[in-house]
Amino acid sequence: MMLRWDVLAAILGMALASYICRAGGYAVLRVTRPPPFVQAMLQHLPGCIFVAFLAPAFLSAGWATVAAGAVVLLVQARLRRLAPSILAGVGTLWLLRLAGIG
Amino acid sequence: MDERGGFTRQGVRRGMRAALALTLGLSPFGLVVGMTSDGVGLSLAETLLMSGLVFAGTSQLVALQLWADPAPILAASLACLVINLRLAPMGAALAPVLDRTRGIRLWGTLMVLVDNSFALAIAELRAGRRDAGYLFGAGFGMWLNWMAMVAIGHVFGTALRLPAGHPVFFASSAAVLALLVQLWRGRSELQPWILAGAAAVMVQGLGLGAPWPVLAGAFAGAGYGAWRDTRGRRA
Repeated sequence: MMLRWDVLAAILGMALASYICRAGGYAVLRVTRPPPFVQAMLQHLPGCIFVAFLAPAFLSAGWATVAAGAVVLLVQARLRRLAPSILAGVGTLWLLRLAGIG
Repeated sequence: MDERGGFTRQGVRRGMRAALALTLGLSPFGLVVGMTSDGVGLSLAETLLMSGLVFAGTSQLVALQLWADPAPILAASLACLVINLRLAPMGAALAPVLDRTRGIRLWGTLMVLVDNSFALAIAELRAGRRDAGYLFGAGFGMWLNWMAMVAIGHVFGTALRLPAGHPVFFASSAAVLALLVQLWRGRSELQPWILAGAAAVMVQGLGLGAPWPVLAGAFAGAGYGAWRDTRGRRA
């Protein structure tokens, strides 16, 4: 098993940087009391983060991907179970591609 | 689970089960990172060490694209800092779950915080359960899956040969979409979410890469939502 010192240093730097991000937001909040506006913002952040994550990707994707995404939303809204929803979405895209669409 | 919250073993188990339900959504990304890591010449030990300690796929992919000999220590660390900035507000939003824990249970749980475990934990929180064990269990379950898939990708990557547009890679977007349904609280979400999406698309259109579209969208949508919610109280 090969482990080079420069690679190790880069990995440790990356790990430290990532942990600062993970723990930093909460660490700041633990010592300061956020104003009501910030608290209200934190309530809205979860959904908004994921929408902001998906929107650019779906906008540039073909309509087969958009259709597969709609299937995921429908199955999840109906069944409220993650595994079948993901499977249905991948399956839909697979079938559409097999049919030569998108 | 009672209202006091805390960190229970039962919560850890439930979190790990929730992570298991997401296996299909999590796995392709791990495979890609393992394959890419092999492609730039990292050994299996180095790949597993990086994935185990960093545990953040997008930032690892970007760092691996910058990879050189000797390793780009500063550039790779900066890539992780910038791309994982989105995790900082997630930790803050999880305060109600984390506030009743301390020591290794608190800082160790944050070590395995990722986007998907964050979404699951917020859905739990909104259902009235504040168990940091659930957040840890979900993150740790995802970490186990991550390590296995990265290893498989590294060892068998050249044999698998999945093209970039393969439907299986849609699974990670599908997982996030399904989680989004769990985060939907009703029609009042609509305007903030539309604004978040529009802002992200706009910033992307300006040519800015990760994490700026996500951060701009998240703060635009959440800022508008907060303004709307606190407007009556301030007046």
